[in-house]
Amino acid sequence: MPDTSIPRATRAGQQRYVAPLDETPLQGVDAVSNESDGSSLWKDAFRSLIRQPLFIISGLLILLILVVVAFPWLFTSADPTYCTLDNSLAEPRAGHPLGFNQQGCDIYARVIYGAQASVMVGAFTTLGVVIIGGIIGAVAGFYGGWIDALLSRIMDIFFALPFVLAAIVVLQLVRDSITVWHIIGVLAAFGWTQIARITRGAVISTKNSDFVTASTAVGASPLKNLVRHVLPNAIAPVIVTATVSLGIYIVAEATLSYLGLGLPSTIVSWGADIASAQTLIRTNPEALFFPAAALAVTVLSFIMMGDAVRDALDPKARTR
Amino acid sequence: MLRYTSRRILQMIPVLLGTTLLIYAMVFAMPGDPVTALFGDKPVNENVADQIRAEYNLDEPFIVQYLLFLKGIFVGDFGITFSGRPVIDIIARVFPTTIKLAFMALIIEMVLGVAVGVMAGIRKGKLFDSTVLMLSLVVIAIPTFVLGFVGQFVFGIELGWFPATARDASIGSLLMPAVVLAGVSLAYVIRLTRTSIVENLSADHVRTAKAKGLSGSRVTTVHVLRNSLIPVVTFLGADLGTLMGGAIVTEYIFAVDGVGSALYDAILRSEGTTVVSIVTLLVVVYIFANLLVDLLYAVLDPRIRYA
Repeated sequence: MPDTSIPRATRAGQQRYVAPLDETPLQGVDAVSNESDGSSLWKDAFRSLIRQPLFIISGLLILLILVVVAFPWLFTSADPTYCTLDNSLAEPRAGHPLGFNQQGCDIYARVIYGAQASVMVGAFTTLGVVIIGGIIGAVAGFYGGWIDALLSRIMDIFFALPFVLAAIVVLQLVRDSITVWHIIGVLAAFGWTQIARITRGAVISTKNSDFVTASTAVGASPLKNLVRHVLPNAIAPVIVTATVSLGIYIVAEATLSYLGLGLPSTIVSWGADIASAQTLIRTNPEALFFPAAALAVTVLSFIMMGDAVRDALDPKARTR
Repeated sequence: MLRYTSRRILQMIPVLLGTTLLIYAMVFAMPGDPVTALFGDKPVNENVADQIRAEYNLDEPFIVQYLLFLKGIFVGDFGITFSGRPVIDIIARVFPTTIKLAFMALIIEMVLGVAVGVMAGIRKGKLFDSTVLMLSLVVIAIPTFVLGFVGQFVFGIELGWFPATARDASIGSLLMPAVVLAGVSLAYVIRLTRTSIVENLSADHVRTAKAKGLSGSRVTTVHVLRNSLIPVVTFLGADLGTLMGGAIVTEYIFAVDGVGSALYDAILRSEGTTVVSIVTLLVVVYIFANLLVDLLYAVLDPRIRYA
């Protein structure tokens, strides 16, 4: 009769060592050690992020831009609004490393101080878009039914209107007294649909997952489910899109300034400086180059950041 | 299929009504009285002004004006501008040019975008791939108007390869504006195609195709590309609307006599009828392009059926 009992370690002719049952401590296969750090989507993402050069470079750039926005006087002692025609298109000299533009303003100082308007428009528009789009998208996706149908049609209406065009028409209404807040308001009012669509999609896909059903089963209210379970899971794609659109809104502000519907000349802004330097492209390209480069680098850092975060949050794209 | 299409067309109606109402309300709220502006420096003759207002229905309340406009659209009457020209004349003049420009941009996006995207995708992680990814981000980060007037200066004026302006709207002179117009979207198409190709390259059916000994090029074109094209087609469809409406900046730079320029002029002159008519047509184009894309899905992916 063949021996069917658990093989012993010391049996003759055995090729591999098999630990006898009494030597191995009993352990559940799915037991989780309480001491080890739990892993989550965010922790995994962060771990892969800090190893990514794209993230580090864009992170440092954004940090630098934020310092420039908060403390511009650390970088230049020149006054960006002090312009005299004596200095028109003057060569660089001590204290004015990039020279002067046509109006005789210090180009370097204007590049430094111009960051404020651009970053402010980008940041507050993104904030507005996330609030409006997030709420509308979440409500539409979570409640479904006629609420979803109604909100989706409203999204379609705003989505079908060309973005720049709508901004031009609205800004035309306040043409002579445009402030930063008008620009932020109009960009947010016509830009929220993308975030709303993403939130709606993410909410619908998490709403039907097992853990939400389980939560409902133990008696959680729909609102609690939405806030506690659905939203945290829908937030990743929103963050990615928001980071990228922050850069896009900065470009939009510059475009409006270019079309003559941007910030008034009393506010230092890259877009207005680029627009006014357009005619100098042949003779003084530096007056055009530096504000354009500052704008492009700022936008690029936010887009790169969004890109890195997207890769890190996407388990399919993540290399382990 | 027919039921799906008709349901989609029915769904367009509220969107179209909402969009026209929204844009009509915005144009209605524009400051300045276009009628008094017609008199220029001369004193305003109130009788004549009232007569003009009545002629253009400007003395009616907002909602009546809107409904009259809507009624006109249904019978193909887009109204007349303040200078007495029928709006339909302007539309007939500018739409062909912009449609030409938008399609040229779309073809550039399609051909160049998909080709570069596929090449980057199958070389994932290599130098070519990283360079393309980085360059596409740079293109997205530079505002279109900077690309536009730098391109105009370098290629149109300094090198003289292309005409600097495209007033005549010939294919040759529209090439440069089309490239600039396509720029940002091209970068998106490249990135989208690349991501999609990378994802599909590791799919099971592709592994099977490789395992049964098919050549690399056949696997890429037949098994990977067709599946990867769905998100790209979605993007291109939505982009046609954006290209038509978003050509304002490009047309402004290259002096193209198209929809964008006409629209911008009309906005500056508070020409409500022209603005609303053109925008309505743009929205119709946008909605139909999206419908077309959804119907194209079924061709690209036999698993998708519209009952």
